[in-house]
Amino acid sequence: MNNKNGFDLSSFLMRLISSIDLVLIVTLILLLSLGSITLFSASGENMKMMNNHTIHLILAAIVMLIASQLSSEMLNRWSIWIYAFGIIVLVLVLIQGSMGKGAQRWLEFGSLRFQPSEVMKLAVPMMVASYFSNKSLPPSFKEVFIAGILVLLPVLLIVKQPDLGTALLVGSAGFFVIYFAGIPWKWLAATLTAGAVAVPLIFKYGMHEYQQQRVLTFLNPEADRLGSGYHIYQSTIAIGSGGVHGKGWLNGDQSRLDFLPERHTDFIFAVFGEEFGLLGNMILFSLYIFIIWRGLYLATKGHDTFARLLGGSLSLTFFIYLFVNTGMVSGILPVVGVPLPLISYGGTSLVTLMAAFGLLMGLRRQKRGYS
Amino acid sequence: MAIKNKTEKSERSEYRLFRARAYVAAALVLLALLAVFIRLINLQIQQYEHYTELSKENYLKRIPIPPVRGLIYDRNGVLLADNHIEYVLEAKEDDVKDMSAKLTSLMQLLPITKQDINKFKQKLRVNSRFQAVVLRKNMTEKEIAIFSANRFRFPGFKVSVRMERIYPLESVASHLLGYVGRIDKRDLKKIDKKEYKGTTHIGKTGIEKQYETRLHGKAGFEVIEVDAHGKPQRKQSEQAPIAGEDIFLSIDLELQIKAEELLKDHNGAAVAIDPRNGEVLAMASMPSFDPNLFVNGISYANYNALRDNPDRPLYNRAIQGSYPPGSTIKPMAALSGLNSGVMSPTKTVYGKGYFQIPGNRHKFRCWKKAGHGHISLNRAIYQSCDVYFYDLAFRMGINRYSKAMNKFGFGKKTGIDLPHERSALMPTSQWKRKRYDKFWYPGDTVNTGIGQGYFTATPIQLAFATATLANRGRKVKPHLLWATRVSRNLPEKLVKPVKLPSIGVTKLRYWDDVIRGMVNVVHGAGGTARRSGAGAKYRFAGKTGTAQVFGIAQNKTYNASKLKKKLHDHALFVAFAPVENPRIALALIAENAGGGSKVAAPIARQLLDTYLLSKEEKLTLKEKQQALLDAKNKKNPQKNKKKSEAR
Repeated sequence: MNNKNGFDLSSFLMRLISSIDLVLIVTLILLLSLGSITLFSASGENMKMMNNHTIHLILAAIVMLIASQLSSEMLNRWSIWIYAFGIIVLVLVLIQGSMGKGAQRWLEFGSLRFQPSEVMKLAVPMMVASYFSNKSLPPSFKEVFIAGILVLLPVLLIVKQPDLGTALLVGSAGFFVIYFAGIPWKWLAATLTAGAVAVPLIFKYGMHEYQQQRVLTFLNPEADRLGSGYHIYQSTIAIGSGGVHGKGWLNGDQSRLDFLPERHTDFIFAVFGEEFGLLGNMILFSLYIFIIWRGLYLATKGHDTFARLLGGSLSLTFFIYLFVNTGMVSGILPVVGVPLPLISYGGTSLVTLMAAFGLLMGLRRQKRGYS
Repeated sequence: MAIKNKTEKSERSEYRLFRARAYVAAALVLLALLAVFIRLINLQIQQYEHYTELSKENYLKRIPIPPVRGLIYDRNGVLLADNHIEYVLEAKEDDVKDMSAKLTSLMQLLPITKQDINKFKQKLRVNSRFQAVVLRKNMTEKEIAIFSANRFRFPGFKVSVRMERIYPLESVASHLLGYVGRIDKRDLKKIDKKEYKGTTHIGKTGIEKQYETRLHGKAGFEVIEVDAHGKPQRKQSEQAPIAGEDIFLSIDLELQIKAEELLKDHNGAAVAIDPRNGEVLAMASMPSFDPNLFVNGISYANYNALRDNPDRPLYNRAIQGSYPPGSTIKPMAALSGLNSGVMSPTKTVYGKGYFQIPGNRHKFRCWKKAGHGHISLNRAIYQSCDVYFYDLAFRMGINRYSKAMNKFGFGKKTGIDLPHERSALMPTSQWKRKRYDKFWYPGDTVNTGIGQGYFTATPIQLAFATATLANRGRKVKPHLLWATRVSRNLPEKLVKPVKLPSIGVTKLRYWDDVIRGMVNVVHGAGGTARRSGAGAKYRFAGKTGTAQVFGIAQNKTYNASKLKKKLHDHALFVAFAPVENPRIALALIAENAGGGSKVAAPIARQLLDTYLLSKEEKLTLKEKQQALLDAKNKKNPQKNKKKSEAR
């Protein structure tokens, strides 16, 4: 529009601000602040970790801003390529892994480490949404079947790595698109029943021993409180002993004295619960629920079917993070490697999540240049 | 084609479909998160206390601080049981890397033998990995210095202080003191485990066992915060232990040592009681043993030697030995006879050398074959006429006699403050029926009149009965605990004597009649122990006893030279002094030593002299203690040296 000086900073900033959702941004900032405070305690006041975390935050903010500039049409067009790229890399990772390095989740390009399964958290819902975007909804059986394959292919590749947590998140992301596309309730029920039947079979034949152990531990954590039940045993003690008011910031005995394993990553929720208590949990859950609600709201405001399906899926996947993590740490779900979204330490997951929120914000926009 | 299908209408319906699904999804999200939140409420409100407890269990460790065990003194403040501070070199298996190499280098540094190493390794295997095991005990200052200089080479090894019970006088008064030993499984069942968490030793016998609670004190503890790896972080709270009370025994060590010395050629026992208050002044049982052997676990060889010794040194004869009391009970029998009216001070019995139950030909013989002729109570006592007392018991009948003698404490525990006292036996007809399912024969009664037959008594019972006699029926429970002291800075608290119901008599003069007989035993011209009474600077009363161990057939006579030592008569003596104002009553027995007048009475005389003529009161306590220790060390310096090396 205004091309006189080649680049107009003020109009660029205007466009940037108009493209982001201020309500969501403010809530995210609140949650990230709370998360940083918790991480400071959980890391044992480790300044090096906090510096890294700051870098992660800046990186994630930039990625989010960029993502918020992408229109749904653009994403729709790119979906297939990103997806295809993701599948190829996943296969490459598996081959690299089978060449004698054991479990492999990373692909290294020089000093850059890249976790391809992380990309699939966005690529799979995009692909399925893109597939449904030019179909009339609700979808036919054949369409659901094809969508199902699009989801299952990467999921199985990730399970093979093996990374159950990511597989679960990727699978959920794909499944939620199919759900929003309008899969008939009857089929949904049938699928879930089939799943329920498959679970014991998967447990027996499809799981590694350590994964089976995790499930067994979940079913009876106290049986082996020093072995594989140790995590859950200690995390429930941490949360339970936090009480209503919590032990206070930096005062969590369980985390301070190293009883909580993985306390700055997957089990950070236990630190939070111990130090801030039930009142803290209420605030935390309120923020999360608000974010999920805002995500779903933004999704309904989506510009087209693709935008809505993708937005709905991303919002619910965020919920899955929260549910699986808090459920696991509080001992009502089995241990699956899923971080507490936006709070657990780890750059990759933070960037992916913020990218998803960026996409969510951009979805209601029409393609730039038109109208 | 697909694009063509997309009409305006389907766009709207798709939007509506999405919105409907979003609502359902939102509802499910809330439901799922509600489930998690309910779980959080459950954890943080309902189970808050449970998890707080678990959390504390996680990071708070109570480390017990054992109290210092109370010391034991005699009545004059001479130390009988002490706590010896020693430095030990110890290590926990978990803290030491490459144990074998470290041990080899330690061997070059310190005088540690291969045996020590093997013992240490064996203990390491048995004990938990976190428990410190002692490698070298009793480290000298030089050894400590050498180790400290090289300490950096031996991470995990450390020198620590230990308190060990030590009995400086070794075998003196060992039976009554008893000893401490390592807490074993049987002890664990009885003790409050919390109190003993940091304690390794417990009183096993004697005073150490009897007053375990007082001596032990109260354990303290510190609460320490540890991290998940068990590393201590900081101290949260501390409660200092309360040291055990010091105990002062009523024992007069000088008298005790004298008694042991005088008895050392025999097996036997001596008990001396202050009749005014029941304080036990001496309680010897010979042979004795060295309680120090037991403190850290006695070796099999040592234990077997003590256990299999035919003289049974571990057995406290003073309270556990049931002996036929023989003639020593005649004064008490006499009083019972007077009191019941079957005898009178003036009435005489004709002693013709034996006694026969009317209508029975069996002869109960007197020790004096020729007989004592017409004999009164006074002479019956000082000449110990058996016939008089056969007659007395026979007239009273066993049950009346037994009941009267019970009043003196025969057949009953005296209640002395020591474990494992025996009650011995004052028989009755019911007892025999129960025990042997047999009738009581009049002949059984006759024998009890001279302290034989089924009648047995312990030395403490004899001493107690003698004290009661000296008191003219006033009974005071014998006891060893004289005073206690909570702390060195506080005055001792004296133990009050426990008075028991007195023996009532129909005429008060009966006491004098009996006591006159006893005085005549030692001071009278015809007294059985007149030689022992000669030259005494005070007047005392006594009674000899010669108890038959072996039954002599009707037509035979006792001939010591033809009998095995084990079957020789026991020599007994009871006495109290001064007669006018008794301050000591004693009973003693020398097993298989022969006659009471020949063996027991002279010993008793020496003991009375020791106690009553003592000049020791002029010495200060410290000097006395030092003198005793010196005497002890002079006696066997070799043995002492060996002991300290072994420890």
